[in-house]
Amino acid sequence: MPRVDGVAKVTGRALYLDDLEAPNAWHGATVRSTVAHGILEAFDLDPGFDWSRVVVVTAADIPGKNTIALIEDDQPALVAIGAPIMHVDEALALVAAPTRELAFAAARAVKPRVEPLPANFDPAASTHVFKEFRVRKGHATDAEFDAAIARAAHVIEGSYSTSPQEQMYIEPQAMMAEWHGTACHLVGSMQCPYYVHKAMKVLLGCGPDGVVVRQAVTGGGFGGKEEYPSMLAAHVAVLAKKAGRAVKMVYDRDEDIAATTKRHPARTRHRLAIDAHGEICAIDVDCVMDGGAYLTLSPVVLSRGVLHAAGPYRCPVVRVRGRVVMTNHPPHGAFRGFGAPQTTFPYERQIDKLARHLGEEPLALRHRLALRSGDTTATGQVLGASVGTDEVIAAVRDAAGPVPARDGPRCKRGRGYAFYFHGAGFTGSGEQRLAGRATVAALPNGRFEVRTSSTDIGQGALTIFTQIASQGLGVDAALVDIIEPSTDRVPDSGPTVASRTCMVVGGLIEKASRELRDLLPARDRELTVTKQYEPPPGVHFDDETYTGAAYPVFGWACCLVDVTVDLDTYEVRIDRCVQAVDVGKAINPVIVRGQIEGGTLQALGWALLENIVYRDGKVANANMTNCIVPTFADAPEIETMIVEVPYPFGPSGAKGVGEIPMDGPAAAVANAVEDALGVAFDALPISPEAVFAKVRP
Amino acid sequence: MKVELRVNGQLREVDCSPWKRLLDALREDLRLTGTKEGCGEGECGACTVMLDGEVVNSCLVAVGQCAGRDVTTVEGLAHGDLLHAVQRELVACGGAQCGICTPGIAVCAAHVVDRGLATSRDKVRELLAGNICRCTGYQLIVDAVINAAKAK
Repeated sequence: MPRVDGVAKVTGRALYLDDLEAPNAWHGATVRSTVAHGILEAFDLDPGFDWSRVVVVTAADIPGKNTIALIEDDQPALVAIGAPIMHVDEALALVAAPTRELAFAAARAVKPRVEPLPANFDPAASTHVFKEFRVRKGHATDAEFDAAIARAAHVIEGSYSTSPQEQMYIEPQAMMAEWHGTACHLVGSMQCPYYVHKAMKVLLGCGPDGVVVRQAVTGGGFGGKEEYPSMLAAHVAVLAKKAGRAVKMVYDRDEDIAATTKRHPARTRHRLAIDAHGEICAIDVDCVMDGGAYLTLSPVVLSRGVLHAAGPYRCPVVRVRGRVVMTNHPPHGAFRGFGAPQTTFPYERQIDKLARHLGEEPLALRHRLALRSGDTTATGQVLGASVGTDEVIAAVRDAAGPVPARDGPRCKRGRGYAFYFHGAGFTGSGEQRLAGRATVAALPNGRFEVRTSSTDIGQGALTIFTQIASQGLGVDAALVDIIEPSTDRVPDSGPTVASRTCMVVGGLIEKASRELRDLLPARDRELTVTKQYEPPPGVHFDDETYTGAAYPVFGWACCLVDVTVDLDTYEVRIDRCVQAVDVGKAINPVIVRGQIEGGTLQALGWALLENIVYRDGKVANANMTNCIVPTFADAPEIETMIVEVPYPFGPSGAKGVGEIPMDGPAAAVANAVEDALGVAFDALPISPEAVFAKVRP
Repeated sequence: MKVELRVNGQLREVDCSPWKRLLDALREDLRLTGTKEGCGEGECGACTVMLDGEVVNSCLVAVGQCAGRDVTTVEGLAHGDLLHAVQRELVACGGAQCGICTPGIAVCAAHVVDRGLATSRDKVRELLAGNICRCTGYQLIVDAVINAAKAK
């Protein structure tokens, strides 16, 4: 089935936030900090500026609590006078004016007076640990763990670093607010309307009816529109209240790159111990992530990183320690993969080094050591159904073809692999706590409605939900409407994150649709069925000990990359990229392909050319000229293989697909570059400068 | 200042600064919001339109430069409900995901296909390299452009 929103998008008729008709709306702009740490003492308004047509908002105008409520309430919506500034480009004050130009001019005419303080940008020097997690398997004490390492026949040790990464959705952050009486109506580009709703109740000091949040058509998210939209919502809500009219805010690209969240940069030490038979006998991982200035979603990102850090390999003794610490960088946050890419890169480099040490073919080694049904993960989870290890490895082996000749004209070639997994749905007991709900309704006019808060951010939720509902109801897809996510019309289905939309919310829609079908055809009134998430039997996680079923199910993937390293320009070119991903069941194979290929290219970009450069805590490359992402010409043809090992508790057997393709390809690239040059690359990105530094003549 | 230009075959007039970006004149003055702004500096191609048949980034063109000239936007690709071949194939192949880059890609791809330049996948990649898509990994878009070229 082609995308239900396809025609609107190819004709330009789809309305994103900045396209909405709002003739009387004023434009908002943000006054930002130029220092990374300091105390905000006062604002000076330029007396030469005409302030008569401008509204200025400071923290004192916030009606409720000055915080962006999420996990902890440490991040203010605006820094108050006398309060600390914690990072460059932090929001200090707001202005709104009839035109965008005037708003930006007004923002420049607000001069913050700041007493600077020393700033720290080095996670290793941070004294504030936001969160720490530990996974412990097969040992009770560190001494017991050390003894297990001491018994090993050989230990592979490595230190790895991964860089911050910009989501680079092509539609920048955008939001509009208008007050109708005592209720604030927000519409914008976002992944999670109920995150914004929850945050605004606190900020505006109102009940659930005091704020309505609606998603406009959204031009990409990739995690970047998970938590950050609450910041824009706070800003336009308070501006609109003071201005007495609608206010919209659309970031320009430079502001978006400078001020919004990025993927957490991480440093990881990894020890991989093997016994005399070449079996892994102990794994030790120590990972530090830079959380930036506020906590935001860092604990959850760290948790996923820690839970994936031992990799999809059998091992009786595992110790994983992870910390996310505060620095004076702008806060890092959600980005596709959500901590797992940062810990996948180390373990897949380590496995490759093990293959070199043992002289074993790298794919065969992975096949020999990999987890399968009945095996136990690092958290003690016994894997049940839907483990696609053998299938994804076989798919890549069959597609691999001959290894390219290493030596070419002024170039070297190499091949690398990665094998990896990704937990689908919320971590640990998250789905139970969320208790997401979805409603399917039969209307008297013969049509059907699906009501969820899941957003289509390009990943195809509208289309997948239409397919699941029409199949469950046994009706034509043309009779099914997916209701626009607006908090006054849809239940809270949980956020659109964590590869959970199809598997978890789609699963609720499937159940509700089937149940509704049995109630038909009583059609003189609206009939609805609402379903709430229940964990599959036997799925339990202990948040205290970090043991048990970390995820209800995992996706599995294997990647092959062939590279050519140019010995004149030191550029790494991807000649081939093969990705086999076990998605359970592809409800819409074209959409699944799009997810796999898009995620894979983001990973290849992260491996080779994407980076955020911080200088004194400020993003030094805050524009698309210098903060580059792959173009048509940079991207290889990606050979996608969809593998289906059904998950019994997902709709038609489906499990998550959105994030997994992001996790592994960077390691496959590094492994291929090492194969080509005989030199290890353990830091990302593997830029021409990085290659030159290691292999210059 | 009044500027007369032909947009999607119709004579239109805008009354604004000649320095106004063509992108803004289209979106604000003519309410043709299909053309998108992604970066404002000619890097992403979301604002691609045709100016006298050549593709340009409308964020880098002043509307004053367009006096008396022909502009084609995404709204001008289809004839009524009859989509241009690249639009039809972008839907069929899954070449649009979030859709924000799609209008620019559709305009550039229509130019490439209509001129018979989509002779190979590599050529399509080269000619569309000024349009960034963050969702698809590009492959399904290349499929769509090649299919559209075959259909012509």
